[in-house]
Amino acid sequence: MHEMSLAESVLEIIENSAAQHDSNKVHAVWLEIGQLAGVEVEAMRFCFDAVTRGSIADGARLEIIATPGRGRCLSCGKSMPLIERYDLCPECDMPLEVTGGTEMRVKELEME
Amino acid sequence: MCTTCGCGGGELKIGGKPHVHGHDQGELRFRRPNHEHSHEPVHGETSRRVQVEKDILAKNNAYAQNNRQHFATQGIFALNLVSSPGSGKTTLLTRTIELLQGELPVAVIEGDQQTSFDAERIRATGVSAIQINTGKGCHLDAHMIEHALEDLKPADHSLLFIENVGNLVCPASFDLGEAHKVVILSVTEGEDKPLKYPDMFAAAGLMLLNKVDLLPYLSFDVQKCVEYAQRVNPHIRVILTSATSGEGMGEWLAWLRSRGA
Repeated sequence: MHEMSLAESVLEIIENSAAQHDSNKVHAVWLEIGQLAGVEVEAMRFCFDAVTRGSIADGARLEIIATPGRGRCLSCGKSMPLIERYDLCPECDMPLEVTGGTEMRVKELEME
Repeated sequence: MCTTCGCGGGELKIGGKPHVHGHDQGELRFRRPNHEHSHEPVHGETSRRVQVEKDILAKNNAYAQNNRQHFATQGIFALNLVSSPGSGKTTLLTRTIELLQGELPVAVIEGDQQTSFDAERIRATGVSAIQINTGKGCHLDAHMIEHALEDLKPADHSLLFIENVGNLVCPASFDLGEAHKVVILSVTEGEDKPLKYPDMFAAAGLMLLNKVDLLPYLSFDVQKCVEYAQRVNPHIRVILTSATSGEGMGEWLAWLRSRGA
């Protein structure tokens, strides 16, 4: 359940950013979570609600933007969508190197 | 609970001592991207949208980078040992330390939710070890390692083993500043683990397939397991080991002596 640690980090980023913009209330949070980032979105929502309770982001809407996984075939070099890390290149039947979908970032905040 | 910074609501212990608040929180700053700026309000007159674009793991990664710098300055080769509980990593570690005795200075950071049993097992081999108890935390993070290093003080040019909490999921995301993650998988676990827990096998540079002395009694398919590991990580190296029979220990020690070359 490392989503709890991640949610704690998200809150810290929110608090730093709000302080920087002289705000004491955050209404919405946009997170970008890659589909290969090893994050369970429902667990993230649960943990976000738990850690933001009583904070400046209490009750904030959480929008999660899921960025799709991408991989590159080590044999033919083609880039393609990657649903699971263990998917193989459909043409070469060779493993793919992950090139996208591992992002975990706080993109945007809506604040007072 | 604050497992990110390691304050653990009073449950985190390093070397048996509770880790208390009031440390250098806030000393490490997030890198502030240049493009952070306010947009026009979109919802209501007083609210505004602000671009943030910050990596959620930025704080951990900054601590990890500090640790890595510290290791480089002191010439320490640090490894992050990850596995599910019961893969035999503490036994493998004690055997490794015995075989390296007198050759290389070794220090160990042991991570477990509770007890200092593992650190005691390591200290019985004669090397220094410190136990981190994560309380409810499911992984070690780079900040805990920074604090453990203050107490452990590994010697220059030593080999530092960080035995992570037994968990094939969470430790994958947290860089500790190590040179490599080494994933230990025992043959009693099933050859499909690399596909079931791909993130960990993708993050590791080396897989030790352990307890191979038991292979005659199991229906474990070694070739398939290696193939699965390479499917999620085409660059992973694999060594078959047994702390009991000694099989593969020579190859593992050669890898350690060459510092993962």
